[in-house]
Amino acid sequence: MLVSLYRYNPEADNAPFMQDVEVELPKGKDLMVLDVLNLLKEKDVTLSYRRSCREGVCGSDGMNMNGKNGLACITPVSQVIKKDKLVLRPLPGLPVIRDLVVDMSLFYKQYEKVMPYLVNDQPAPAIERLQTPEDREKLDGLYECILCACCSSACPSFWWNPDKFIGPAGLLQAYRFLADSRDTAQAERLAELDDPFSVFRCRGIMNCVSVCPKGLNPTRAIGHIRNLLLQRAT
Amino acid sequence: MSNIKTMTFDAIVIGGGGAGMRAALQLTETGVKAACITKVFPTRSHTVSAQGGITCAIASADPNDDWRWHMYDTVKGSDYIADQDAVEYMCSVGPQAVFELEHMGLPFSRTEQGRIYQRPFGGQSKGPNDSTQAARTCAAADRTGHALLHTLYQANLKRGTTFLSEWYAVDLVKNAKNEVVGVVAIEIETGEVAYIKAKATVLATGGAGRIYASTTNALINTGDGIGMALRAGFPMQDMEMWQFHPTGIYGAGTLVTEGCRGEGGYLINSEGERFMERYAPNSKDLAGRDVVARSMVIEILEGRGCGPEKDHVLLKLDHLGEETLNLRLPGICELSKTFAHVDPVKEPVPVVPTCHYMMGGIPTNVGGQALTQDDDGKDQPIRGLFACGEAACVSVHGANRLGGNSLLDLVVFGRAAGLHIEEQLRNGFEVDGASDADIKRAMARLDRLANAREGEHVAAVREDLQTCMQLYFGVFRDGESMDKGLQLLNEIGERVRNTRLTDTSNVFNTARIEALELDNLFEVAYATAVSAVERKESRGAHARNDFTERDDENWLKHSLYFPLDKRVGKRDVNFSPKTVDTFQPTIRSY
Amino acid sequence: MGNVSSVTNLGRSGVADWLMQRVSAYVLALYTVVLFVFIIANPGMSYDTWAGLFGQTWMRIVTLMALLSIGAHAWVGLWTVTTDYMKSALPRFLVQAACGLTMFVYVVWGIQILWGF
Repeated sequence: MLVSLYRYNPEADNAPFMQDVEVELPKGKDLMVLDVLNLLKEKDVTLSYRRSCREGVCGSDGMNMNGKNGLACITPVSQVIKKDKLVLRPLPGLPVIRDLVVDMSLFYKQYEKVMPYLVNDQPAPAIERLQTPEDREKLDGLYECILCACCSSACPSFWWNPDKFIGPAGLLQAYRFLADSRDTAQAERLAELDDPFSVFRCRGIMNCVSVCPKGLNPTRAIGHIRNLLLQRAT
Repeated sequence: MSNIKTMTFDAIVIGGGGAGMRAALQLTETGVKAACITKVFPTRSHTVSAQGGITCAIASADPNDDWRWHMYDTVKGSDYIADQDAVEYMCSVGPQAVFELEHMGLPFSRTEQGRIYQRPFGGQSKGPNDSTQAARTCAAADRTGHALLHTLYQANLKRGTTFLSEWYAVDLVKNAKNEVVGVVAIEIETGEVAYIKAKATVLATGGAGRIYASTTNALINTGDGIGMALRAGFPMQDMEMWQFHPTGIYGAGTLVTEGCRGEGGYLINSEGERFMERYAPNSKDLAGRDVVARSMVIEILEGRGCGPEKDHVLLKLDHLGEETLNLRLPGICELSKTFAHVDPVKEPVPVVPTCHYMMGGIPTNVGGQALTQDDDGKDQPIRGLFACGEAACVSVHGANRLGGNSLLDLVVFGRAAGLHIEEQLRNGFEVDGASDADIKRAMARLDRLANAREGEHVAAVREDLQTCMQLYFGVFRDGESMDKGLQLLNEIGERVRNTRLTDTSNVFNTARIEALELDNLFEVAYATAVSAVERKESRGAHARNDFTERDDENWLKHSLYFPLDKRVGKRDVNFSPKTVDTFQPTIRSY
Repeated sequence: MGNVSSVTNLGRSGVADWLMQRVSAYVLALYTVVLFVFIIANPGMSYDTWAGLFGQTWMRIVTLMALLSIGAHAWVGLWTVTTDYMKSALPRFLVQAACGLTMFVYVVWGIQILWGF
């Protein structure tokens, strides 16, 4: 199989380039893309990428595989390969540090903007705060986000305005706290979101939904936020 | 001062997992100038992979539940070498620590009453006199670790904790008095090296499952804290005790939670027999993990394994029904489909015992203070050094950890370390400064790698190390084969010291990090091997073919490995809880 | 905190802009339907029929509404496009100003046409 790798080391290269490497895949086993990268790194230690849990829960190895964002550790080669070729690039729209490693600080900054923590101005009880299973269910599909940035870096609106548009990942978390029956800061949260950029740059093209490795739906969450903003404004 | 950059804090926490972030949160909340140094962005830490839950007597599933029952289970599970004062502390403070997590926003699953959902887990009873299966593990579906880690990160963001994210700690800095006064660390993105100075250094670096070829652990679990402490000359406790989780997915090593069996799943062999009924007539599939893992290996060795190679068994879940599986075990369904190509709704999942958890580690007291032993065998604090979480050995897990106790360990002792350090600093704790030579010593490994153009590739040596540990220090151990393994490790050690680094660039050089990690893997593996050879009995996770019985006369003790003379000593187990009667060692049966 | 304010967007808030664009879109759609129905209902229409329609006050009001809607709709849309693609402040402001002026001219011109004959 031919693997085409995006390579860039700012200390050695003037510009990024694509490096073609032939890889011998073991027979009868469908490797994950991360396994292929590990094989490549054994031969060429200078290849850089992030990885940790290798089971799709830590969100380290988000990258662009044959044109689509996803996690390398849970993407079987057979699922993405086209014409016996695998093209690996860093997540689009974020500055490249080296090879497949991108600078995620803008992404994290947008996450931090949405006050991604529970706010409750009542004194805490001696036991847990009660929550009905129905209220808890509202958090399903929201709290599972692993901050891999596959969605935000697949979103043109985030590409154009990464400093102003919160992006699908951040907005999913914004709604995770808006939807939490234990949170008392809904008004404050909504006030922070009501500007022309933070939420409303979403044009509903659903790239985020199509790439999310956890099967989450940020577009729907953004729709809910918009409805809450409308209710508040009218 | 030397020419490297110095950053100064009152306290530093190395590791951004559950324990590290709980400690950092405690320190920041109480106004200590603290920083959390972490080699991966905090939410990429291995705590994120914990699935089943956090065991704690919050009395939701059973209003009469009692932390003393939890304590009894934990002591029994440990095969009686957990320190009972520490277990008492963990089980009694536990509810408060769990409620704090809920108040921070952790999205626990709920009961109809709106309380936290608790599920049954292995080794849970209703006290010494009632072996009824209890349900004591608080869960957020089967993503409890993920929910916990993200909640802790969020709480730290709220408090404004300083994170040095993607910084790798290289070695501890010690002053002339052998006190720990910070760490030398490297910023991965730039390659810049700095001395991070602190009066208190907390090692919360997690486990080291990567010393084995087959492990549920993340690729980052390389025992960095253990390696640093050993190189600094400090002893390690109970390093022979490694937990093999019964249900790692066959071939991939990824974990499927014990909660699967808690929700009613069970193991079957090639004859379709629910074999745990034979080994543990009462608890069956929910016996201690060491018991279940050994039973599985025996089934396989006796020819009742499944598959063409007869080398695994099956975890049956389909009888639970699609609805329960989707509600309670959604992550497991996902993992099984991805890594075993099996849909648990329809087919059983192929599983095999897989290295999962390090019960041993840096000996500490209840406040996270790292300990060493003086010549008279008395505990002495290592001034300036603390540890919590999997890297520490308080010890609450002894020879075998119960499922759901690791997350509790993280938050209870992360919190306790924070409380203890804050108090110590408030009382005017001071340490002497480090000299240039002291700092230079902590940079020795970086210096070696900077000039290492000859030698072997890191990956090849690492692979041999992992294979050696898997082969000679697995579920069943034997004196003769362990000697062979130890000899092999000595040879591997020589190769570890002669690896080469062909990538010399500064920017995000992961080859350099992997070379540094290999040193730590080796330190951990060697301590494990020497301790395992020395403990001549079978207890908990340490099962020997040549010493098949528990030997309370000689080995109702912690082992203590001293790295400088590669010697194994003993340390007394604590049998003096403060508020309850001692649980006396008895035969352990499930 | 998060709020990204701007002085050049129409409604000062995100939700106002969003709502304005939706409402103006409905007005324009409705206006188009009315015109179509009128055209289909009057085959071989003469200038007099057409002028007669626009001679009525209700039609003038509805048309004015449509004109204002086009202005608002285009302003929000073009403002979004310029803030997406034009990263340099001065050219962006100039283009926005040109767009604004054009909208204004069209609206005034439209009023003149409506009440001018």
